Amino acid sequence: CKDLDTKPYVGEVSELVYQDVNNYKEILAKLYAGLAVSGIKPKDDDVDLKNYDGGSQGYMRVYWYLQEFPTDEAVTGWGDPGLPDLHRMSWTASNQWSSAFYSRILFQAAVANEFLRETTDNKLSERGIEKTQEIQNYRAEARFIRALVYAHGIDLYGSIPLVTEKDQVGSSLPKQASRQELFTFLETELKALETELPAPKTNEYGRADRAAAWMTLAKLYLNAQVYIGQEKYSEAAEYAKKVIDAGFTLAPKYGNNFLADNDTSTETIFTINFDGNETQTWGGTTTLIHAAVGGSMNPADFGVDGGWAGFRTTKEFVGLFDDAKDTRAMFYKEGQSLEIESLTTFTDGYAISKWKNVKQDGTPGKNLTHTDTDFAVYRLADAYLMYAEAVARGGSGDATLALSLVNELRTRAQANTLTTLTLDNLLNERGRELYWEGHRRTDLIRFGKFTSGYNWAWKGGEKNGKDVEPFRSLYPIAATDLVANPSLSQNPGY
Amino acid sequence: KVTDQADGSAIPGATVLLKGGTIGTQTSLEGTYELTGIPDNAILIFSFVGMNSQEVSVGNRTTIDVALSADSRILQEVVVVGYGSQKKSDLTGAITAISSVDFVKGNVNTPEQLIAGKLAGVQITSNGGAPGSGSKIRIRGGSSLSASNDPLIVIDGIPLDNSDIKGAANPLSFINPNDIESFNVLKDASAAAIYGSRAANGVIIITTKKGHSGDKLKVNFSTLFSASQIAKKINVLNAEQFREAVNTHGTETQKALLGSANTDWQDQIYRTSFSSNNNLSLSGAVKSIPYRLSVGYNLQNGILKTSAMDRTSASLGLTPKFFKDHLKVDINVKASTTKSKFPDEGAIGSAIGYDPTQPVYMENDKFGGYYQWLNPQGNIEALAASNPLSLLRLKSNNGTLNRVIANAQFDYQFHFLPELHANWNIGIDRSSTDGKEWSSNLVSASSYTNNGSTGYYTQSRQNFTNQFFLNYVKQVDQQNFNIMVGAENQGFVRENENGTTYGNPDVAGIKSYFKTDYALLSYFGRLNYSLKDKYLATVTVRRDGSSRFAKENRWGTFPSVALAWKINKELSRDDIFSDLKLRFGWGITGQQDLSSGDYPYLNAYTPGQGLRYQLGNTFVEVLRPNAYDPNIKWEQTQSTNFGLDFGLSKQRISGSIDFYQKKTSDLINEIDVPAGSNFSNKVTTNVGTLENTGLEVVLNYTPITNDHLTWDISGNFTYNKRKITALTKVDNPNYVGVLVGGIDGGTGNYAQVHSTGYAPNSFFMYQQVYNEAGAPIEGVFVDRNQDGIISELDRYRYQAAPPRLFLGLSSQLAYKKASVGFVMRSNIGNYNFNNIYANRGSYQSITGSGNFLSNLSANVLETGFTQRTDQSILSDYYVQNASFLRMDNINFGYNLDHLFKKGKIRAQLSLVAQNVFVITKYKGLDPEIADGIDKQVYPRPRTLSLGLNLHF
Repeated sequence: CKDLDTKPYVGEVSELVYQDVNNYKEILAKLYAGLAVSGIKPKDDDVDLKNYDGGSQGYMRVYWYLQEFPTDEAVTGWGDPGLPDLHRMSWTASNQWSSAFYSRILFQAAVANEFLRETTDNKLSERGIEKTQEIQNYRAEARFIRALVYAHGIDLYGSIPLVTEKDQVGSSLPKQASRQELFTFLETELKALETELPAPKTNEYGRADRAAAWMTLAKLYLNAQVYIGQEKYSEAAEYAKKVIDAGFTLAPKYGNNFLADNDTSTETIFTINFDGNETQTWGGTTTLIHAAVGGSMNPADFGVDGGWAGFRTTKEFVGLFDDAKDTRAMFYKEGQSLEIESLTTFTDGYAISKWKNVKQDGTPGKNLTHTDTDFAVYRLADAYLMYAEAVARGGSGDATLALSLVNELRTRAQANTLTTLTLDNLLNERGRELYWEGHRRTDLIRFGKFTSGYNWAWKGGEKNGKDVEPFRSLYPIAATDLVANPSLSQNPGY
Repeated sequence: KVTDQADGSAIPGATVLLKGGTIGTQTSLEGTYELTGIPDNAILIFSFVGMNSQEVSVGNRTTIDVALSADSRILQEVVVVGYGSQKKSDLTGAITAISSVDFVKGNVNTPEQLIAGKLAGVQITSNGGAPGSGSKIRIRGGSSLSASNDPLIVIDGIPLDNSDIKGAANPLSFINPNDIESFNVLKDASAAAIYGSRAANGVIIITTKKGHSGDKLKVNFSTLFSASQIAKKINVLNAEQFREAVNTHGTETQKALLGSANTDWQDQIYRTSFSSNNNLSLSGAVKSIPYRLSVGYNLQNGILKTSAMDRTSASLGLTPKFFKDHLKVDINVKASTTKSKFPDEGAIGSAIGYDPTQPVYMENDKFGGYYQWLNPQGNIEALAASNPLSLLRLKSNNGTLNRVIANAQFDYQFHFLPELHANWNIGIDRSSTDGKEWSSNLVSASSYTNNGSTGYYTQSRQNFTNQFFLNYVKQVDQQNFNIMVGAENQGFVRENENGTTYGNPDVAGIKSYFKTDYALLSYFGRLNYSLKDKYLATVTVRRDGSSRFAKENRWGTFPSVALAWKINKELSRDDIFSDLKLRFGWGITGQQDLSSGDYPYLNAYTPGQGLRYQLGNTFVEVLRPNAYDPNIKWEQTQSTNFGLDFGLSKQRISGSIDFYQKKTSDLINEIDVPAGSNFSNKVTTNVGTLENTGLEVVLNYTPITNDHLTWDISGNFTYNKRKITALTKVDNPNYVGVLVGGIDGGTGNYAQVHSTGYAPNSFFMYQQVYNEAGAPIEGVFVDRNQDGIISELDRYRYQAAPPRLFLGLSSQLAYKKASVGFVMRSNIGNYNFNNIYANRGSYQSITGSGNFLSNLSANVLETGFTQRTDQSILSDYYVQNASFLRMDNINFGYNLDHLFKKGKIRAQLSLVAQNVFVITKYKGLDPEIADGIDKQVYPRPRTLSLGLNLHF
């Protein structure tokens, strides 16, 4: 007689999982991998989120979409549902990209919470596991990832449900935190992590250290005016400076940060890691590189087996490059027109050749379909520009240093140096330095140029661009969650 | 005079024949007859439809009165009802039985096709035309939403595992249809509740053929040879139309890509295929052991080039009796090996979209001689479809499935208490699949990079059943009691493994392994009671435990009650109704066949397989917590059935009418959970209710019956309405519902929705605006929410996939040695989303990027659409009425007995045409699509078969 207490053959019940300390790093690896890929099998198989296409639901890919498509930096001709709405800024609360990312944030938070609940001092001693520094680090990193995703949450959605390790699985409806509450939570957490995370550059590649927490804090403070209506520029400058002084150095060549061997870059602070053989996805940099290749571009030059003919840029963005010598202007123009007559025609709009699955020595990555190129969430150049901007906005800091940091970036790019820093100049500099790295939407909002005050091709669905409603500065709470969690309220305008 | 043995009434129209002679007559209205010229040693044969024939020696009598008894095969027919059997006339539930004489004829490769169109309330939709592909079976609409809607299938008492097996199209396809004696379909809860937690979608009980005691050796050999051909092609632009389209609407780059060939790609991938099916069976009895042994070899070649299946099957049945028949043993072993060649069915979609101006082959033999789209650098263009023929020739997937199902059933009638039987049935069901996949390096850009690939897959299953019941039958005066109590334990283990390795040593291979199991434990009982053979009652109860739920929710109780009244027995002198029975049934059945694994309640972690994340210099495996619902439990369906069986003129006209209502609550459903509260955005839980209401009518009529000519007509009619009555715990009018029905074109597009107040799988569309001439206006949709913009919020529910009505009509006419028959089916009120129109219905779809061209649906010539947008692809213009009438089968038979001496060998020749014609307004290839989304499908072929059957 077969009894009814069956147990999984593949996998373990949680209690057993946490009895073996060797599993802890694998759970942490899932938290990190959750930023890169959609599931737990290669090529986005066995996905975390249901009802979303595996290749399209990865954290980094969708984050990039939400940050880049509603801006001058990127357009796509693909007709995936809801995707054209991003550039024309007409998304609804049912938009699958915005909804998927919302779910991703809270999925990452829930997994981090479970890990934190199961590795408390009490639980460890109950299980007879010695609390090592390594476990301490794992816990701090899980908290960092939770803070990172909530930092994205406060930026993209404003007020979203806040879940911590105190919320048991399935027990009650997660409570929506106001932007102020989220800000306070993030500030407290990140400041605590300042001491709990390993010192800068002492953790393994791909794992967070204090500098990652500082960058997150600096960004939070820099945008405090947008988030909570308070200026925190001095704090922004203070934390950016901590990063600048932490021992990172600019890579000698700008372009090296976007290549298959960019894991060797001295400039990156926190990265989302991809590998053509080990961490295969259709999203991540695999999308970013394939999708940017089309027309007469040679896929082999990008280390891939074919282009997906999707992403280009607008002429307004091309226009930001006022110095012809600027090596950061990596446009592919052959057969491409500057004007975009039709979004669906790949050859309308310049293509961008910044991201490649090719190493510094010119050889391709391990796999021509899935890329090796890592994605830097934070790199030193961003710290330079944040410091400069915080100071320019009146934060306490060294204005001379601010100018020289910006000029350091320009010099590396072989562009002429600046003599003064203006806010307009800084926004444009961020565009030139950090384009296609997932910063643009946040930056345009901070500079008041997102919904109005600056228009670009096909913004608002019109060829020459038009203003859109101010409420578009926030994405909506996912319509599905409003039904599942009746305690939530929708962002205004949706 | 000829009378009915039961009530002494006269039988008019009965046949009286002189045995071995040509003299005969029919009885008059009063049942009398007269024959002259009958010798004394003659034997007369008395026969009437629905009655047992009688042979009477004349002797010197001049008046011979005969009382015919009702044919046990009709009213006295024994029907297997689950853990026992009942006389057909004593049934209280909605049960339909169909035996081999009424099966669909012709090239039938999977058992369920034997009954397609034959039964009311049972909808059988084949999954397409691939060899051995099975069918979706829906009984009374299906009572689940995201849990399985498949009925439980029981073979010789062993309930089967429904989950699909790689290498076999459906759980039945390993069975040789020729071994099947009968299907009994338990449709309502009162009949099915004895199967408790797995019976919510009905139960199909299959009994295989057996030998009979005292029989001499009987040999049956049948052979069937078939030719199949595609019945219709998808209407795409031909080369000339395509050239014009590109020259008018394409860019200069695109025009330059046009070729000079004139290729019909669909002609390139399809063929006329030939198949054969041979079966040999021996039955009889060796001493006191009746046996039946059969072997079959079925070779099916598909109409899509390279697709094929062959199945070798053997079955052995032994039915010995011991201790003066007190112990009956029934042993069945069925084994089969199915070898399949699965083509890359992507070739079908590729052929629809491949540029007709390009040749099949090109001179450059870098890619095996097949024409392929190349990028400017001379490599295969990554985004372009591969040459359709190359997909068939340069890839392969061959699978072998071995399956054995065996059971031994012991029925012991107690020596000291003959009213009591003990029945023990043990069975195993084992299957294993081995498959190999291969892809040449020449077939696509990625295969070129990877330098080709080879893959393997294995799958094994081991299920066992152990059941025991006691049955006590007692007649007390005019009361009859039949009591059964029993227990059953079943275990199901599944194990899969697959892997792929690449020719390029630098590209990492993929490997994945999975194993899972579940178990069921059940206790059940049934009481059948009848009073004066007029009033019948059945009460059943089953208690089921499933390992898929937590301890607290594991057990469920499933009761049922049924009452019947044989009204015809009340009528004092009945010469009209041979059967008239009113039935009422009520019961609760359950469903535990989740679509989300075997441990949905368990807080557990799953390891990643083949996916590692770089931390430092090492790649670390990942472990993920699973989303779970600790409180998940049974889905319950409560159903009520009112039925009336009737038979007139000694069953010459018979039929039944059933009205039913099924209400499913605690639907097992994958719903959005509050974000942050679980380890996914969706969790499988119990929420929502669903209703099915329907009416079934069956009518059988025998207009003519005599020794030379018999004509039977039978028809069935089913109306079913399916509606979701709740989907959320708290009613929320803003809730759109669950998007389902993924489509081709755009990533992550869904064309259907499950919404409260609507039928499941309702199409969820933008409402197209039409001009005065009735033509759709490109890109213009109705702003249904009137907010000034067209967005997702303007989508609405328009029609649904399942038919409101489905009908079956069959007829068989036999005249002397010849016979002719047909089976026709019709669905009414079913709609399809024509995905091929939607995806390829605009000039923009000529290309994605400029380095290749794609063909369009000819629909573009009607609409003139230039753009395919994220909205236009979901236009309700593409939802089309797919009601149809299909001539499934026309068969001719001819009896060749006279060719052989003295009738010792009986032979029949048959000619069968299948899928003869379809009448429909639907614009796509075939209106019959189970889920209503018409993507690329393997077309159902038109088949002509010639068969020979020999018995001796």
